[in-house]
Amino acid sequence: MTYSYFPGCTLKTKGKDLDIWGRASAEALGFTLEELPDWQCCGAVYPMAKDEIATRLSSVRALMAAGEKGQDLVTLCSACHHVIKRVNNDLRTDETIRDKVARYLKLETPYAGETNVRHYLEVLRDKIGFDVLKEKVVNPLTGRKIGAYYGCMLLRPASEMGFDDPENPTILEDFIRAIGAEPVIYARRNECCGGYCTIKDKGFATKQVDAIMENARNCGAEELITACPLCLYNLKENATDGLPVAYFTELLAEALGVKEAAK
Amino acid sequence: MIDTIKRISGVNPRKCMKCGKCTASCPAFERMQFHPHQFVDMVENGRIHELMNSEGIDFCLSCFACVERCPRNVEPAKVIEAVRLAVVRQQGGAHLTPDEIPALLDDELPQQAITAAFRKYRK
Ligand code: SF4
Ligand code: SF4
Ligand code: SF4
Ligand code: SF4
Repeated sequence: MTYSYFPGCTLKTKGKDLDIWGRASAEALGFTLEELPDWQCCGAVYPMAKDEIATRLSSVRALMAAGEKGQDLVTLCSACHHVIKRVNNDLRTDETIRDKVARYLKLETPYAGETNVRHYLEVLRDKIGFDVLKEKVVNPLTGRKIGAYYGCMLLRPASEMGFDDPENPTILEDFIRAIGAEPVIYARRNECCGGYCTIKDKGFATKQVDAIMENARNCGAEELITACPLCLYNLKENATDGLPVAYFTELLAEALGVKEAAK
Repeated sequence: MIDTIKRISGVNPRKCMKCGKCTASCPAFERMQFHPHQFVDMVENGRIHELMNSEGIDFCLSCFACVERCPRNVEPAKVIEAVRLAVVRQQGGAHLTPDEIPALLDDELPQQAITAAFRKYRK
């Protein structure tokens, strides 16, 4: 299976590990991420205002490019996923936005959100299956106690994201089990880490992160995983005394044995 | 003004039943002079300029906890965003200029944080 892939700007630079190990693991699992040739940054923040059109266009272009190839569009970065999925939903449901976008882009047929957007984790769950993933694991991460950090953007608002139960998600825990480790459930796994405020008010970000870390540690977690480069940065750099944090794709690659192979 | 806020946010503040759950869910509430449920109430009552001049309107983290947990589907974050846009769209209303960026960078900071800041604080 081949998917169109939107890496996003952060995955080309500071978030490289999320991208590299995501792609390598995909190959090991039998699917290919085909990077869109001319993608543009999605802007990182979903434009909530209905009259913001230009800020929706890069997502629309990516969605249409995948559609033209007859492929689903796969994302890895939580923020890209959030933005593109919600913009697609706008094009599906909001006629005014759809018409304005069609005029901006001079489309003969308006784009009405026909492309499917899937997060990498959704591909694992819905297309590959966690049971199949489990069979492909060569280095099970036995004995490791891992806390999933969901953050905000994959889950909320659930009416648009349709990712998982927003208050009691299980996808990352199922993933952790599939790679042979033990998931640790803690309350703050879906509370905001305050990442957006890191350049405005580091102290505030630190307070949020410390509360998350304390909660995860008290519940027995020894490390955390995330799908968001900003969460990763914030959890690592702004914690007073944090647990180690990695991208979920790094542990996936480790479990599938593609990390050693690359060395 | 009140109509502009309602139009660009798409929010109907009259749906709110004043339960305060949005504020209870908000990680940023202590940094905001007016809390999410107050935003909804004040928009309903036309107190837009007070909101525009209040402290901490750009502290909303876009975490969507208030949107998810509101029992009436009011979507308070969209009102806050609309008020914030009303401020940054005014001349001289931007909070962040490109000259300020280098001082804020460190080696690990992801692009996402900068891109997001530009999207949120400027127009
Ligand atoms: S979310 Fe971030 S990484 Fe993804 S494209 Fe947008 S800005 Fe770039
Ligand atoms: S970086 Fe933090 S603030 Fe942003 S979505 Fe992730 S959890 Fe929320
Ligand atoms: S989206 Fe903004 S207002 Fe709503 S809970 Fe999050 S930080 Fe608070
Ligand atoms: S949660 Fe919804 S109904 Fe309750 S106060 Fe907030 S906006 Fe109003």
